[in-house]
Formats: sequence, structure tokens, C-alpha cells
Amino acid sequence: MFAPVYLDHNATTPLDERVFAVMEPFLRDRFGNASSRHEYGRHARAAIDTARAQVADAVGAHPSEVVFTSGGSEANNLFVKGAAGSQRGGVIAIGASEHPCVREPARQLVGQGWRMLELPVMATGHLNTTASAALIAQHRPRLVSAMLANNETGALSNVMALVEPMRQAGGWLHTDAVQALGKITLDFRALGVQAMTLSSHKIGGPIGAGALVVAKRVDIAAQIAGGGHERGLRSGTENVAAIAGFGRACELASQELEARATRMQAARDRLEERLLGLGARPFGGVEPRLPNTSYFGFDNIDGETLVAKMDRAGFAIASGAACSSANPEPSRTLLAMGVEPDVARTAVRVSMGPHTSLEDVDRFAETIGAMLIELKRMAAVAV
Amino acid sequence: MAYSEKVLDHYENPRNVGSFAKEDGEVGTGMVGAPACGDVMKLQIKVDPSTGVIQDAKFKTYGCGSAIASSSLVTEWVKGKTLDEAMNIKNTAIAEELALPPVKIHCSILAEDAIKAAVEDYKKKHGA
Amino acid sequence: MKFPIYLDYSATTPVDPRVAQAMIPWLTENFGNPASRSHAYGWTAEEAVETSREHVAALVGADPKEIVWTSGATESNNLAIKGAAHFYASKGKHLITLKTEHKAVLDTMRELERTGFEVTYMDVQENGLIDLEAFKAALRPDTTVVSVMFVNNEIGVIQPIAELGEICRARGIIFHVDAAQATGKVDIDLGALKVDLMSFSAHKTYGPKGIGALYVRRKPRVRLEAQMHGGGHERGMRSGTLATHQIVGMGEAFRLAKLEMGAERERIRALRDRLLAGLTTMEETFVNGDMEARVPHNLNISFAYVEGESLIMAIKDVAVSSGSACTSASLEPSYVLRALGRNDELAHSSIRFSIGRFTTEEEVNYTIELLHNKIGKLRELSPLWEMVKEGVDLNTVQWAAH
Repeated sequence: MFAPVYLDHNATTPLDERVFAVMEPFLRDRFGNASSRHEYGRHARAAIDTARAQVADAVGAHPSEVVFTSGGSEANNLFVKGAAGSQRGGVIAIGASEHPCVREPARQLVGQGWRMLELPVMATGHLNTTASAALIAQHRPRLVSAMLANNETGALSNVMALVEPMRQAGGWLHTDAVQALGKITLDFRALGVQAMTLSSHKIGGPIGAGALVVAKRVDIAAQIAGGGHERGLRSGTENVAAIAGFGRACELASQELEARATRMQAARDRLEERLLGLGARPFGGVEPRLPNTSYFGFDNIDGETLVAKMDRAGFAIASGAACSSANPEPSRTLLAMGVEPDVARTAVRVSMGPHTSLEDVDRFAETIGAMLIELKRMAAVAV
Repeated sequence: MAYSEKVLDHYENPRNVGSFAKEDGEVGTGMVGAPACGDVMKLQIKVDPSTGVIQDAKFKTYGCGSAIASSSLVTEWVKGKTLDEAMNIKNTAIAEELALPPVKIHCSILAEDAIKAAVEDYKKKHGA
Repeated sequence: MKFPIYLDYSATTPVDPRVAQAMIPWLTENFGNPASRSHAYGWTAEEAVETSREHVAALVGADPKEIVWTSGATESNNLAIKGAAHFYASKGKHLITLKTEHKAVLDTMRELERTGFEVTYMDVQENGLIDLEAFKAALRPDTTVVSVMFVNNEIGVIQPIAELGEICRARGIIFHVDAAQATGKVDIDLGALKVDLMSFSAHKTYGPKGIGALYVRRKPRVRLEAQMHGGGHERGMRSGTLATHQIVGMGEAFRLAKLEMGAERERIRALRDRLLAGLTTMEETFVNGDMEARVPHNLNISFAYVEGESLIMAIKDVAVSSGSACTSASLEPSYVLRALGRNDELAHSSIRFSIGRFTTEEEVNYTIELLHNKIGKLRELSPLWEMVKEGVDLNTVQWAAH
């Protein structure tokens, strides 16, 4: 049976069976188009309304602030291009370790009346909020996007520290909370940002649904036109099954937040203890951070090679963000943290899920230990 | 679109559907609305010339469920009323009775207009 | 029979049980992110994505490399039109489309107008079809993109895509076709059709919602400016994590469509003919749209002197649409029917019956009987019908202002 131990939850998570139970009727009898006025359509609409309330509840927002999208990438694109599209231009500032789906749309704006500015991160992987606040005061950006939790290091940045500087600058503050959702308590109001991106498939929900939570006063130009769904901000027939699943996944994530975090952290701490014993060099790994993510490397051992060998040994892990795994370039996040390219190439990410057991972690550590001996012998031969 | 029980009842079982002969001296006919607006109501009253009391009423309506219900309801209400009493029926009472949502208030206004038009038609025939 | 009887297949179709069966393992067991290159969960998912791409390509005679996944036809239409208009903006800024296109095309065009493009919205003929001579006359030297739908969502008419493609190709104009309503209904061979970009949806062809595709021609190569940026998925044309289960669903749905569409179309045609014959025995009923160049899955009929909303209310045992599903929230008369020259009353009193894979003869018979009863009752209630029967010409009536 094909069942390697899955330790790549920051890439995607297995679907929670309780989420699947909510989705399945929409793949069967409840197939209506939510825009239809007949019974089939009304059932679909009701499911979307329920999900919207569940997502809003999970992050302390109002349901009317939730705009469903096809996922986190689209939600980030919608904020960056949408908020920019309703203004004449100016400065957009993004964190130096933002996900490509923030960085790339921001880069697209350059030359269209926009200038892009990077907010520096520290060697720990956290956003340098002091330097960021100073840059904001100096350049007065119209838009800032800074991620809450980094997908590679798991570092949790103090985005709240940018709220006041941005209020003074008179611009909108957005945070990509895709990796934070379900792992730490999220409160849209308390955070003080005007927009926040969420994704379903990182929290036991299906791939294919996400949301931009956005305050009403932020003008967003729709990026997908046609029919005026989602308050006119995102047209297209709603993916009812995925949205219903996303809603339920949010509900479960809030209910079980503490239990999940405790389990994941226990697994991670055990792993890190064993890895440090094997001579691992941690990347980041400084609090505050997500309870589930370990990012590390072994000197002179190529991360890609280690990941491939671990896969053959039955462990699914990553050498970087899944989206850029095809890219042989060293991690941009690590470079932004000041890590030398050669060292960055050793990076391996292990991300736990709520069902990761201590036994899994122990077996992982034993396997990687044996692998290191083998790889070092090969390296010695090669020299 | 959610309809109230009362709208559904009038819509499913409209009261007093039909027509009187327009030429009949005891009949007053009111036709209001326009096809292009999506509603046309025809309300007819039959009046006892000696007492001035409405003996009977009939309607036909082209329009949404709320328009049909509003006109059906007023045929019940005007019966037994004098012309002056009928003139005092207000759209707000119709809307309240049928629990019409805000977007359907115009149906009750149309029904009130239909009563007025029918009464005026009757009065005109009698040189009032 | 299950009530309400579903005759709204053009709004969305049920997921075929075989499609659901194919999808479910990709939700419950093989949950990998297809972009994960470092482990078998990712590769397995990626393999499934590529097999599905082959199925989609096979239905429309394309190369799998020409298929880009999107979240649905709306996104495909946005990507195709904005992506091509912007990429070729240095060649010209004039675009052409039809007044009867889906909102996903019309609203996208409106957005482009606001950013400096000029758009010609062409009238259609009374039968809903484009006039090819008028089309040629509308072309300009600075025309860069033309967007015409294959099958209309409201009236089911089939536009002359082959002819339009020839005209566009001869002038080097990018030709986009919204085929959301066409897959599984008409034969599509992109090897023969001179179409550059074509939008597809899964949920109109018994696949799941939330997944679609855009065909982007490679020979001659068509270029697009990406609209969603990020990790560079889909050869940079569309970033975002691929939803494997949905893609597998679309692949399976399109595979089944290729196998079964021939026989299915004839079965549906027989049902449509029965419905048409049954309904048109009523007086003053009018079919909207051409009956020849039309998919048999659609029948759009106006019932004169009956108001639209009361009609929908009367026939709540059948789930149908009184216009495009996307605009059902408003009570505007259908802009498609108005474009055919129908007046507002007839547009309001129109019903779109759309027949599909699971429609039975029994359901059609029931629908015919129900319509006869209800239309009869509503006309009995209608002062307009009474006047028409008395020989009054409604156009001569002075309506009381309201």
C-alpha cells in the first residue's frame, strides 16, 4: 500500500473525513448552481452562506467581509492587483520573504504607476518591524502585504506592529495568513489589518477554495469579471462543495486549535531535539513561530538529494515551498534571511499535521540519521 | 423569493376571479398598470344603486404572485363596503395583511389604485 | 419521479456518479499537492493531472500542452480576453463581441473599455445568430481580439465558429470562443477550427464546479499576459495550487462526454422534440432562437400574456430558469432575448428548459401537462389574455400611468 509518512503539511494537508462528509452531498444530489432561484439553487446558496459564517467566525470577521476565491493564490492576487487597481498608483511594500503569489502580482504593478519596496526580514526569518515601520513612514506606501506565518520557516511576524505606521501613512495593510490559519489564534479585528488571505487546503479542507477577508472600506477592483458573484469582487459559479468543505474545516480548526497545536508542537519539539543531536543547522527556529514547522539543513548535504532519498525511504517532506520546488534556485526566504546560497541549498522542511505521531517522528529521525552516514560516506568518496 | 403563507394562499386559490359586463350600469371597472411594467390589474365592483354598497367584486391580474394576491384580497375586502369606505382602503393595510416584502409594496399600491379607479368609473357612470 | 424535476442543465449539471467515483479517491486518499516535486504524493497527483489534461484535449481535438487549468469558464474567459487584449495591445485596441455573450465575456469587455480599449458589441439576427457580412464590416485594421460564444447559454443557438475562424485567421486576429455550453453537445475539433483560445467549464458537462480550462493554441502560437501570478504553475499562464480531485473530475467528465455524446444527443433530441411538440400546441407560444443551428439540449419558449415571475411560481415542480442563472437575482428582462428583438413582456414570460443526461420521458410528459394546466390558469387570470380574446389590439390601449 502506498502510504509514506506525510510530513509536508505546509504544502497541503489530507482532507479531514468530517470535511469530506459535508462536501459529498454537493458532489451528488445537491448539485444546484447557487445563482438559480429554484430549490436546487437555494440549497447551494444556503451552504455557501453557512460556510461564509464559519470562515468569518474562525477569524473574528463579519461574514460580509469574506470573499470566496479559488484559493490562497487568487486571494493574494485579488488583494494586490485589486486594491492597486482602484488607485492611481504609489508605493506597494511587501515582505522580503512573501510567497510568490504576493511578490509576482506586486512586480506586475511596477511600471504601471507603482513602485515596489521590500520590507526586510531578520536572520530569524521574522519581519524586521522596526526597519519596516521606518520605511513605511519614509515612503508612505498605499499598500503593504506582510505574511503572518512564513511557509518555509514558520516564523510568525508581528504584523500588528505595522498597523499604526500604516494608519499614519493612510494605506491598506494586508496579511497572508494562509499558514497561520488553524495553527494559531487568528482575529481579524484584533490584528488590525484591512485584508487577510486564507486557504482551505492547509487546514484539512479541500484544494480549490480560499478567501480574501477584506474590510468594506477597502476598494477592490475585481480581477475576474462576469456575473457579479461575491459582492462583485469575484465572478464565476461558486464551487459549492469546496466552499462548504472550507467552512467546515475552519469550524473544526477553531474548535480543535489548541489540541492540534499541542500535538504538532510535541512532535516538532521531539524532532528538533533528535535533529540537533544529529548536527542539524536550524533555519529560523526562533519563537514566535508556528507549532508545526521545522526548517533545517546538514552542512554539505544537498537538501534536494536528502528529500529524494527520504522519499524513497517512505517519508514525504519538502526542500522549500511546494510551488517553487521545481526551481533549483536556493530559497528566496533564506537568502532574505542572510543565509549563504550554498548553505541555503541544504535546506529541508518538515511540517507536522494534527495526526503526526511521535513514532513517526522517531522513525523519521532514525532514518535520516542512517541516511546522513551514507551520504557523508559518498561525499567522502567523491572527494 | 420567499412568499408569505397568505400570498401563497391567494395565489393558489385566488378569490373572485372573473369579469362583469363593463357596460352594466351597476358595474364600475378599474384597470391599472401596464404590461411593460409587469403588472396589469383589472378590478370590477358591482354596486347596489339604492344603498351604494358594493355587492360583489371580480378581478383579473397579469403580474407576479404578490400582485395576484393583492387584487384577490381587495375583492374580498370591498364587498359589503360603501363606495366611500372602499375608497379608504390603504395600500399599507394590504401590504401588512399579506406581509409583502419591500420590493413588492408597489403591488399593494396598484391594488389601492385599482379600487379607486373602479369606484370612480362607477361614479362617472352615475354622473357623480 | 423526483421533484422538483430538474430541467436546468444549462445552469449546472449534476456530477455524473462515475465522475464522483473517480474524484473521491483524490480527496480521501491521494491528497498530494501536484506541485510537490519531492515526494510520491506530489508525483501521483501530478500524473493524474496530466492524464486529465489528455482527456480534456481529446474531447476537443487539441494537444494536451494547449490546455491550461483554471477555476472555471469565467476565469478562462477573463484570462483569454484580458490576456490577449493586453499582450497584443501594441497592435491595436479594438475588440469585437456579441450582445448575447455571457456576462463573463461582456463584463470583461466593459472592464477593458475602462482601460482604453474600444469594443464593438454586435447585434445578432432575430434568430440569435451572428450575421457574417455584418461581422466582416465591423472588423477594423486595429481589431486584435474577437470573442464569440460557441453555444448560447439562454437560447442554445450555435454560432458559425468555423466561418468566423477563417475570417479572423485571414486577418491575423485572435479568435476566442467561450465553449462552456458546447462541450459534450457539439463536436469540437480544434485541429480543424481556426480558433486561438477556447474556454471550457466542467460543471456544465457533468463534472464538478470550481474547475475549467483554457485552450491556448501553440501553432500558430498565441500569447497571453497571465492574470493570476505566483508560483508559475501552468507554464506561467495561471498560478495557484491545482485542485487534483476537481481536475480528475473534469478529465473523467470530458472522457465520458467523448464516448457518449453521440448517442446522448439523439436521446435528448427526441425528448426535446416531445417537449416542443407538447408545449407549442398552446396558443401564443414562441420559441426563442433558431431551431436549426441549435443544440437539442435547450428549448427557450415565451408564453405570451403570462407574467414571468408568476409563471415561475406556478411551475415550481420543475426547476427551470427564466433567463441566465447568473442574472436570476435581478428581475431585469433577459438581455439575450431583448437582443433578439423580443419585447419586455415576452422576455419576462420566457422559460429556458434545458434537458440533460438524466432527464426521462416521464419527466418531460409531466412537464408538458403541468405547463398546460398552469399557463391555462394564469391566462384565465390575465386581463391581457381576456382583451386579446375579445379582439383588442394591446398596442392601441392607453395604459394608466403608474
